[in-house]
This record gives sequence, structure tokens and C-alpha cells, in this order.
Amino acid sequence: MSIQVTSLFKHFGSFTALDGVSLNVPSGKLVALLGPSGSGKTTLLRLIAGLELPDPGSGRIRFHDEDVTDVPAGKRKVGFVFQHYALFRHMSVLDNVAFGLRVRRRSERPSRARIVARARELLALVQLDGLGDRYPHQLSGGQRQRVALARALAVEPKVLLLDEPFGALDAKVRRELRRWLRRFHDEIQLTTVFVTHDQEEALEIADKVVIMNQARVEQVGTPQEVYDRPATPFVYQFLGNVNMLRSATFPRAGIDPNTQIFVRPHDIQVGPHDSGADGLSAVLRYIHSAGPHARLTLEDIQTREMIEAEISRAELARLDLKVNDLVKLRLRQIRSFEDDYAI
Amino acid sequence: MASAITPLSSRSLAATPRANRDSAVVRWTLCTIALAFLTFFLFLPLVAVFVEAFRKGVGTYVAAFTNPDALAAIRLTLLTAAIAVPANTLFGLAAAWAITKFRFRGKSLLITLIDLPLAVSPIVAGLIYVLLYGRHGWFGTWLGAHHLSIVFAVPGIILATTFVTFPFVARELIPLMQSQGSDEEYAAVTLGANGWQTFWRVTIPNIKWGLLYGAILCNARAMGEFGAVSVVSGHIRGVTNTMPLHIEILYNEYNFAAAFAVASLLALLALVTLALKSLVEWKAGR
Repeated sequence: MSIQVTSLFKHFGSFTALDGVSLNVPSGKLVALLGPSGSGKTTLLRLIAGLELPDPGSGRIRFHDEDVTDVPAGKRKVGFVFQHYALFRHMSVLDNVAFGLRVRRRSERPSRARIVARARELLALVQLDGLGDRYPHQLSGGQRQRVALARALAVEPKVLLLDEPFGALDAKVRRELRRWLRRFHDEIQLTTVFVTHDQEEALEIADKVVIMNQARVEQVGTPQEVYDRPATPFVYQFLGNVNMLRSATFPRAGIDPNTQIFVRPHDIQVGPHDSGADGLSAVLRYIHSAGPHARLTLEDIQTREMIEAEISRAELARLDLKVNDLVKLRLRQIRSFEDDYAI
Repeated sequence: MASAITPLSSRSLAATPRANRDSAVVRWTLCTIALAFLTFFLFLPLVAVFVEAFRKGVGTYVAAFTNPDALAAIRLTLLTAAIAVPANTLFGLAAAWAITKFRFRGKSLLITLIDLPLAVSPIVAGLIYVLLYGRHGWFGTWLGAHHLSIVFAVPGIILATTFVTFPFVARELIPLMQSQGSDEEYAAVTLGANGWQTFWRVTIPNIKWGLLYGAILCNARAMGEFGAVSVVSGHIRGVTNTMPLHIEILYNEYNFAAAFAVASLLALLALVTLALKSLVEWKAGR
């Protein structure tokens, strides 16, 4: 089931949460809404779920060409997983999962035994067999997350919406669970939208990434596309580290020296100072060598601008660099958004 | 929900770091002061009520209750509580629900208004009703024409009690419901539950202990209220005297044994209330 959103507006008092957002989520894909806090991503998710209503007279929300803008949340057939799971704390895990089936009208409700059997199946699906009698407070964060997922799936939703699904978990569980979610998505093939502020998470598991900033969509694309070809300065800064420099630092013919240029740290090549006349002279100020790559902080000796570079540790060892050494910097790739050019 | 109303006494003091320990002299002095205070201000008065009540023997004690005026006072007190407590439980629940689950204009005004009965002296609360519904009050003429009496009659007592006890349930529930947020309700809605199902299956189970706690406090105050009720009662023996008013009359007539006997019943009610309250706290804290 695909989702189409056309020019949605949402205000909370004088605050603009969504400023004319349009979006198309293809059927069966895993899509990430990525952005800093306050960018409107959670609001968009809640609008799709029907938990908030768009400003009157603004755009429409369609599920596979069916207009659901005025359909109440309970009838949209969406599975929603809340940021802090919102499990019913006074109910056992099994009762939580069975809730969506038990509140159905009598004519649509399966038999009691069938409901329990279905809830057990779902718990098995999220690998929580045998924990049905526990209460939410007796589970770990990752387990609660999966209970919330099973509960959302019980109503056989047409789309699955997850609000910061891994936000409340520690780093290790987070990584495990997101890979698990990716595999799980491949199994059940349900159109899924999840909200995150963690770019690594979005780039790792999503089919498509929607980058939001200040109530607008900045760019939509595959993880590769948005990382390699950011459409706006915001996306460039938000995805990965970037040096923002004045083009005067690396003067080139035909470029206004006040143009802002963007350079990824790993696109800076560091060499010995006597390695040629071209390039920029800089002094090495700090070396952060924890992790697979070494991050170097360098100071341009003319403009005194600070520049971040990233090189492999083998490269660092080969160059035999020490703090306060003079080096030459050369750029593999730079980008400017005023005059679209790339070198 | 437990955390919001966990009693102070259940906090663990097991691991007090050495640096926080005071010297023995300080500890003993503080304990002695605290115990002396408790003894003179709380424990002795309570004991005195029961001692005085039984001073002239069990016969006098029992006689104090078989007196028709005393029985009428007990009945009226129970009737008042039986109406005021459910009404305020309902109002309190509705107010807390509205305040914590919805955004609307005038919300802070509503929160302030709920606290009004606690801020205003009970005697003022009573006088308001005399001013509104008394013979020379705003609605006095109309009420008189329809042969209805509110002030110096049972309805006035119930109204005044309801006014004074209005905040207890709402004040108990608002912080509890605020701390719980609305996510569980939203979750229920996305799972297809209607408003009624959400309320009974999600909201009520989450707040039941807070609700009961508020109702217990409300009941304690409803039975013990003196000031506001005294103003609107008119002190008609056997008709508009509640237990606290009955005690005052007996005391003013130098009938100390009977006064303390009825007082001991009120004190007993208070003790039962406290026991129930502790039970609820213990249940909620588990």
C-alpha cells in the first residue's frame, strides 16, 4: 500500500510544524524520515497515522489512491509504534498484543481462542515466544520495542509507522535491532515509514531517505544519492561531517573568493609539505586516532581557518605526522551551491 | 503510575554514605524533638479523645449514640458524604481528563478555579451559599415562591460540602495523568478502540489507585467539614446537624462525655481513612 502526501500544512499556534510537505512512499518500501528535532518529521508521521489533523483546507493524504485525510485514526489501518512504545502498563504482554483484536466490533471479532492464538503467533514472529505472561515493566527496552511492533501488527495494518523506534535504546541494542528491523521488513513486505534523527540509522537500513528541515522536505533519495549528491547545503552538513570554507582558501580561476564551498573530510588528501608547489599549506593541530580512521584538525596558515581531514591510520603511519608539522592539503572533491560546480 | 504517589516512607534509606551521617548528639536531639512534637501535638490529643469518651463508662458512651439527635447527625453526615464524594469523583475525573488530554483556551483558569475551595476560608464558602440561596439572597425570592429551601436545610449542607471537597480528586489525578501522558490512549485509538473502550480499558486501569486515593481524602474532608457547613446549617437539632456540628453543641452544653463519644467516632473514621489510604498507597506502589 503506497502513501501519497500532497502539500500538507500544520500549525500549532504560531509554530509552523509542516510547511507544504509533499511525499510519495512507494508500496512495500522502508522509508526513513530524517531530520533534526523540530523539523516536523514526527508531526508528519502523526498526520499520516491520523493522530493529528492537517490545517483545514490544506493538502490530502492518500493510501493507494484512497483519500484518508478525513478518516479517523482507528479506521485507517495503520500500525503505529510510539517512541516510548506506549505499552499498556497494566496489561500482560499477550493482552497488549491482543488489544487491537479485542476492541473490534462483535461481528468482526475473532473468537477468544483465536485471538490468543493470533497474539501468540505475533509474539513468535518478533521472537518473544513464552513472554506473553510478563508485564511491560519486566521487559528490556528492546523487548518492549518488539512487543509494540507485534501489537501494531495485530490489526493487520496496511502501513507501519514507527516514531524514533530505536531512540530509547543503548548503542549496541540499537544496532542489533535496526538490522533485525531491516530483515523483518524484507520478510513481511509492509510499507513502513520510520522517523529518526540518526543519519547513520537512516542511511543503513532505509530504501529511501526523506530529509526534513524546518518544516520542509529538503531532499528525497536512496541513501547513496542523498549522501553522494546532497541537494542543499543543509543536507550536506546534516549527513556526515563537512568542512564549510570560503572559496578563498582554495583559490581557483573563475570562482568568487567569497563563495561558500563544502568539502568532506575524507575528500582531503594530506601530503608532506615538500610534495609539490600546488595545494594549501597547513599546520597539523590535533590528531584524534581512536577508531578506524584518524581525524586531523589542521589550520590554514594564511586564513587561520580550521579544517578537518580524515585519513586511514595506515596513511597516518606512512606520513609519520606529528602535531605542529607543516603539511600540504589537496582536495579530491568540493561542492558549492551558489554556482553548481564539482571538481 | 506508582512513582507519582509513592509515599515518602517507602524510600530506601539503606545506603547512607558515611559523610552524610551526623554525630550521635545531633541525631538524638533531632529524634527527641521530633518524637516530643508528635507526642504532644498528634498522639496525646488522639488518646485524649478516646479517654474522655469512656470517662463515664461504656453505658454513657453507648447512650451518646442511641440519642435520636446523634443518630440523625450520623445519618446526615453519611448522606452528605454519599452525595458529595461520588459527585466530586465524577467532576474531578472529568476535569483532570479535560486538563491533561486536551488543549483548550482557559485551561489555566480552570486549574486555578479547581484550587479555589482550598484557597478560600470555609466560612466564606458557606457565606457564598447564604448570599446566593438564602432568603434574602439572589435566588431567595424565587426559591421561596417555589417552597424550596436550600440554606438552613439539607441541600445547603450538601452543596457547601461539595464545594469544599471539590479539589481533592482532581488535584490527585492531574499530576498523575500528566506524568503518564496520552500515548497509551493514542495507541489504543490507532488499534481501533473507540473513546469508551479507551477510557475503560486504558485510562481507568492506569489511574484507579489515584482515583481511589482522591476519593478517600475527599470522603475524610466531607465527613469532617465544619466551617462551611456551620454557616449554612442553621443548627436545627435532629434535622440539619452533621456530626461535627453535633459535637460542638454537646460541648457547648458541657456534655463532655457525649461530645467526646461522637468525636471518637469521627476520629475512628479518620483512622480508618488513613488505614485505607496506606493500603491504597501500598497497592499502588507494588
